[in-house]
Amino acid sequence: MNKKNVRFVQGNEACALAAMYAGLDFYAGYPITPSTEIAEILAERLPAKGKKFIQMEDEIASMCAIIGASLTGHKVMTATSGPGFSLMQEALGYAIMAEIPCVIVNVQRGGPSTGNPTHVSQGDVNQARWGTHGDHAIVALTASNHQDVFNMTVEAFNIAETYRTPVILLFDEVVGHLREKLVVPEPGELHLVERLHTSKREGVNYHPYLPREDGRLPMSDFGGVHRYNVTGLYHDMWGFPTDKPELVEDLMRHLVRKIDYAATSLTHHKAFFMEDARTVLISYGSSARSALALVERMCLRGQRIGLLELQTIWPFPEQLVRDYTKDAEVIAVVEMNMGQLVQAVRLAVKKPQRVYLINRIDNRLITDKDIRQTLRAIQGKGV
Amino acid sequence: MENTTHQIIFTGSGGQGLITAAIVLGEAAVIHEGLEAVQSQSYGAAARGGATRADVIISKFPIRIPKIIQTGVLICLTQEAYTRFGMLIRPGGLFITDRRFVKSVQKFDAIHIELDLYNKVVEEIGKPVVFNIAILGALLGIYPVVKKESVVKVLECRFPAALQANNLKALELGMEVGNLYQS
Repeated sequence: MNKKNVRFVQGNEACALAAMYAGLDFYAGYPITPSTEIAEILAERLPAKGKKFIQMEDEIASMCAIIGASLTGHKVMTATSGPGFSLMQEALGYAIMAEIPCVIVNVQRGGPSTGNPTHVSQGDVNQARWGTHGDHAIVALTASNHQDVFNMTVEAFNIAETYRTPVILLFDEVVGHLREKLVVPEPGELHLVERLHTSKREGVNYHPYLPREDGRLPMSDFGGVHRYNVTGLYHDMWGFPTDKPELVEDLMRHLVRKIDYAATSLTHHKAFFMEDARTVLISYGSSARSALALVERMCLRGQRIGLLELQTIWPFPEQLVRDYTKDAEVIAVVEMNMGQLVQAVRLAVKKPQRVYLINRIDNRLITDKDIRQTLRAIQGKGV
Repeated sequence: MENTTHQIIFTGSGGQGLITAAIVLGEAAVIHEGLEAVQSQSYGAAARGGATRADVIISKFPIRIPKIIQTGVLICLTQEAYTRFGMLIRPGGLFITDRRFVKSVQKFDAIHIELDLYNKVVEEIGKPVVFNIAILGALLGIYPVVKKESVVKVLECRFPAALQANNLKALELGMEVGNLYQS
């Protein structure tokens, strides 16, 4: 470990540094607490490297700007929080339909509406899944510490490029604002996926939506040597609108399956003390820090409790959760909302009656004591 | 410093530079001493004039929960902060205030050190803006949680050359004063 790579930074800075490591060359955004530092840092550092930073008039424009820039061949990102994320939903659907690689960071704060800008919540979990209309698949990643924020941000760019899809980074205020250690990887240390360009030369027909044999869709920089159409309507392999039933059905299946079939390789998680756990905590983001504090303490006392920290939230890692909880007597989902990911857990496990919610909704970080207290009530040990 | 985890809270008013002091302390621990540290702070209106708070936890081991519920060390630099955050001190903890800003009215179960550092900074350096670094110096004098050289290295990286001399002086001055109280 090189000492010069050790930093003491906020989670937001870890995200910005990771985006640049992954090759971000176009950022458009509208600053909003608690994600502002991402824009602030990139406003300074992207132009210094000859790359683009644009402050847009709002989050709708921000999302549209990164979609356009991505089509022209750039790695793109925007960052926001709840209110801005709501505004982005329509264009997010467009990016899903038109299969445009992009990364959207949502540093969650208290909601709905303007809610509680400077405090923490995990209330956008289901919005990330279903915020935009129509059937679709989505990828959403999260992290509980800065090293993972860095890794997941790089992974978000890799997934976006591999599957031509928007990827949501669902962080929260505690992780975004907290300062802690980050060891910035050396160039080349983390694998980077670059844009897959078409091998079709100028003058040869290029079909933007004709998959290769491996299912991937090579891209041609928009405005470059090939002319093609991009639309939010159902479209054919040329990108032109169609309402032909068989093409509509094929595209729908393609959009959902390209993510669902890859769910296993998209799944990132960490398992702590899970070998013989009878009580399984499932958590993500900053609440997983508190869950881990509790699990570490209880395991020292010989109790059989483990933590499954999910870093991929969507597509929901059903198989993983089912496997890890098959012998569990109590499955408790720790999150800071009224019960969002717990719904997906209940659908995934064999015995949904064993799934409980342990939450905190006053926009303060849930503590190990909060979790312990609810756990005692669940286990019938009193509080 | 045989303890493995140290909890320190800086409280005062927006503009006193307490958040900066907390970040400098965290950076010194993480970058120059190979320790783990987390730093968090109050956001919003409080950080611009009201009562502000910056938490630092330093440990040899990974730190899970970044917020402090009861702290081993509490620094209060306004009367409002003293009233509002005084109860965060752990019984037997180290409670540091400055006479210029805080009149102690309550008896906390803590080792209470009332510094007269602000006036000294004004007299000897003439720039009250470096009071935050003087307070950090005093903290290290009393409670050497990181080495002075580590903080000096951070100050050298963090501040432009023109401001370094006064910040280093403030650190020295704070440490001299703090050393008088070292247990």
